[in-house]
Amino acid sequence: MSTIEASPEVGHDEHGHDHDHPPFLAHHFDTPEQQFDSGKLGIWLFLVTEVLFFSGMFCAYAIFRALRPEVFEGCSQFLNTKLGAINTGVLLFSSLTMAWAVRCSQLEQHKGLVGTLAATLSCAMIFLGVKAIEYSHKFGMGLLPAGLFFYDPSNPHPTEHPPYLAYICAPFALALAGVLIWLVVSAVSGNKFQFAIAKPLSVVCLCFFVGVGLGTVLESGEESADHIDVHADPNGLATAPVMEQAEKTMAAEAAPAIAASGAMVAVDETVLKILAKDPANVGVVSSQNALEQQTAAAGTSTVTGDGEILGAITTTEVDVMTPTTAGVFFSIYYCMTGIHAIHILAGIGVLVWLLVRAVRQDFNRQYFGPVDYVGLYWHLVDLIWIYLFPLLYLIR
Amino acid sequence: MSAGSLPSGSQVKDPGYPTPSENYLTNSKGILSWLFTLDHKRIGVMYLIGVTVAFGVAGLLALMIRLHLFQPDGMIFKGEEANNWYNQVFTLHGAIMVFLFIIPSVPAALGNFLVPVMLGAKDVAFPRLNLCSFYLWVFGALFFVSALCASGLDTGWTFYTPYSTTTDSSVILATSGAFILGFSSIFTGLNFIVTINTMRPPGMTWFRMPLFLWATYATSIIQVLATPVLGITLLLLIAERTMHIGIFDPEYNGDPVTFQHFFWFYSHPAVYIMILPAFGIISDLISVHSHKRIFGYRFIAYSSIAIALLGFLVWGHHMFTAGMSSLTTIIFSALTFTVSVPSAIKVFNWLATMYKGSISLTTPMCYALSFIFLFTIGGLTGLHLGTLATDMHLHDTYFVVAHFHYVMVGGTLVAFLGGVFHWWPKMFGKMYSEAGGRLSALLVFAGFNLTFLPQFILGSRGMPRRYATYDPEFAALHQMSTWGSMLLGFGLLVALVVLLRSLKSGKRAPANPWGGATLEWECTSPPPFYNFERAPSVGDPYDFSDLEWDAEDERYVKVEPAREIVPEEQPEAEPVHADDSK
Repeated sequence: MSTIEASPEVGHDEHGHDHDHPPFLAHHFDTPEQQFDSGKLGIWLFLVTEVLFFSGMFCAYAIFRALRPEVFEGCSQFLNTKLGAINTGVLLFSSLTMAWAVRCSQLEQHKGLVGTLAATLSCAMIFLGVKAIEYSHKFGMGLLPAGLFFYDPSNPHPTEHPPYLAYICAPFALALAGVLIWLVVSAVSGNKFQFAIAKPLSVVCLCFFVGVGLGTVLESGEESADHIDVHADPNGLATAPVMEQAEKTMAAEAAPAIAASGAMVAVDETVLKILAKDPANVGVVSSQNALEQQTAAAGTSTVTGDGEILGAITTTEVDVMTPTTAGVFFSIYYCMTGIHAIHILAGIGVLVWLLVRAVRQDFNRQYFGPVDYVGLYWHLVDLIWIYLFPLLYLIR
Repeated sequence: MSAGSLPSGSQVKDPGYPTPSENYLTNSKGILSWLFTLDHKRIGVMYLIGVTVAFGVAGLLALMIRLHLFQPDGMIFKGEEANNWYNQVFTLHGAIMVFLFIIPSVPAALGNFLVPVMLGAKDVAFPRLNLCSFYLWVFGALFFVSALCASGLDTGWTFYTPYSTTTDSSVILATSGAFILGFSSIFTGLNFIVTINTMRPPGMTWFRMPLFLWATYATSIIQVLATPVLGITLLLLIAERTMHIGIFDPEYNGDPVTFQHFFWFYSHPAVYIMILPAFGIISDLISVHSHKRIFGYRFIAYSSIAIALLGFLVWGHHMFTAGMSSLTTIIFSALTFTVSVPSAIKVFNWLATMYKGSISLTTPMCYALSFIFLFTIGGLTGLHLGTLATDMHLHDTYFVVAHFHYVMVGGTLVAFLGGVFHWWPKMFGKMYSEAGGRLSALLVFAGFNLTFLPQFILGSRGMPRRYATYDPEFAALHQMSTWGSMLLGFGLLVALVVLLRSLKSGKRAPANPWGGATLEWECTSPPPFYNFERAPSVGDPYDFSDLEWDAEDERYVKVEPAREIVPEEQPEAEPVHADDSK
């Protein structure tokens, strides 16, 4: 090895320390432009893969909504539009602050960059806080994916269930505690750099609980105002007169679906009649009801009988709030929003990394690529929510 | 061109040999320098080792399957659990071969090594992401192994619902593994697209790229566009198993055919992830070893992209019997035929390239020739399966098994071996024994045909696939197939021994042993860790006119023929424009 070290023109060092380029330029790139373009193309391609990743679930949504429109419309009533709208607003605002952050990094406004990144992070946390309320509320009601679904219309709010909200909040509370301790320690030890990071981060972590608070207030407000409406599930096991109304509209909606699949006129009349009878014969009728419908629909399927087997199965499921029907809606709801939430979490991760680098003042007018790339990612996550919100919340 | 020694007076350009401190294999030492390397060449070598191990494991499973089928009522797995064992073995054979070997074989192992060198670049665009892909591959592989150790997997590599949601074998572990492997594949594809787009050297326009790069580019497009769909499908399958989300599971009102659509939307393009890079290798091999410009360069380049795009429209032909409407099946059948057009374009162009070329029957060329033969059979039998009427008869028979083995083994594996033999001197700086290499090519060719030709007959006579036992009337053909598989295994073993022996006792390889004109032959063998000191001058990748065989040193060199300067005066020692160059 000694002979090799003696010949500097071939040694590793020669290459490694050939520093006539700026420190941010990786060795394998020729120019900063090439590096920036590569990163930009890379992130766009990554976004393409993200879109395709979500496309599978959008496909599933389209298929099952086309098969069972009444299930989707009925179940969508369980989603709190106010909370969804607030989250939409929060995410849109975070996109604004993110775009602003990119501009700040280009203009070398280091304080502005830290501020806007922290604002973006705070919005992300508020979003998750509100989502935590939504999720825990639905978990408690048993509105879960098909296999775990246990919603009982006669007892929509079972009192005995695990403290889901506490479970979801626990990691965030731990994070908040950790950041606060870090804040104090860095303040005491006088580490200005760490203090400058911990300060915005503690605000960010607090924002999760702002979101939780916001969600709690709105969710309970919603409860008292439209309690009946929210739980006006279409299988008609409740007794309020409002219910009857909802029932009839649901039946009227369900009827054309059956007619569309080629049933005879007589069939949908019977179905209507059965459905109208529903609220009177609470509980007892439901099984018999389902049975009758099944026979009716079995007749339908033999009439239609041209391979549209699935269509026939749909028509039997007028009884919407069973695990196998409503569960599908909630399955898709949890898959889509859950994976979206995972993307938000990932976004929070990279934004924190950016925040640290912003405090370190790594970015300048020649090197702002990472902020730009994360910005693009963040906009995509925002955009996906923009699609999810109307598709899930606004279809009643 | 390949005859005789150098013309006198010509100036020879040859990079010579790397010093140990330049050589990428030896420039830094220790296991950690390999595990944490960002050098694309080392990552490529690690992939090469990884996929070879995976291939060995899955190949042994294949031999077990064949041995078992030596007798009508099964030879290896006995007793009550025989069928379960058989199911698990063929599932793991398929899943490991597809996800751990074929998909990463050419793009990840050879592609990682070659793409930047062919581009004259120092590395891929995102070296860290590249290393990350490799480790994702390793973790995915570990998941598969743990699935094997936990409770086996008996769904077939396709994980069809509803069986995959009801079986009590370790579907979740295996699908998690495939999910992780998918990300590995996506990141590799993304890296290559960006590298090829932004890091081509000055002068290398799109149509001066080697065809291997075109094929890699087309493959990467598929990897980036199709693999995420597999990712979400497998994720939903995991959710289906754990929470019964009712999307695929009919018990909860789900639709199992939806799973098949989702799955094949990825997995049919994935077939082209497997075969397109092989096309790229063969294009380069045929041209270099025929010492003749590739015929129809643009057509080959465009047909790669055409296959990549058409590949997205034909997934339904895997599901002709799954209960789609007759209109849909006809459309899918018609679209399937369109894919054969670009594939045929390639085959005809390769044949036209060889026509009147001066062919050297080297080991890589032997593999390339057997590729053309085997792939043609594989491709043409695909038409039988793409035709609705015949597919109804042949669906899920050994005909299908034989067809896709002709494409994947006869196509991809043979091309991969050809590529490994072709670039082995470049990767490790050693020449292997030509005789041994050719012997392995012959054995693989013979063994392969003996294994899978009988299976076409078996299938058309009605032998269904995935059965552990069969009627005695099929015994003769099955036994022939088993003997063939032994021969094939032996041939592959010979290839491995030839290559490994060369590392020990092989002759030192020159920079350009075959006479290739692409950029990788312009750096030393093996390349220095920085690939090229300065960006190489880019010429036509298939212009062999200035390459001459140097019989004395057994190498090809670039020559500049001696020129006579017509006026007597000499050029100035320091040209006038020299000062303006900076």
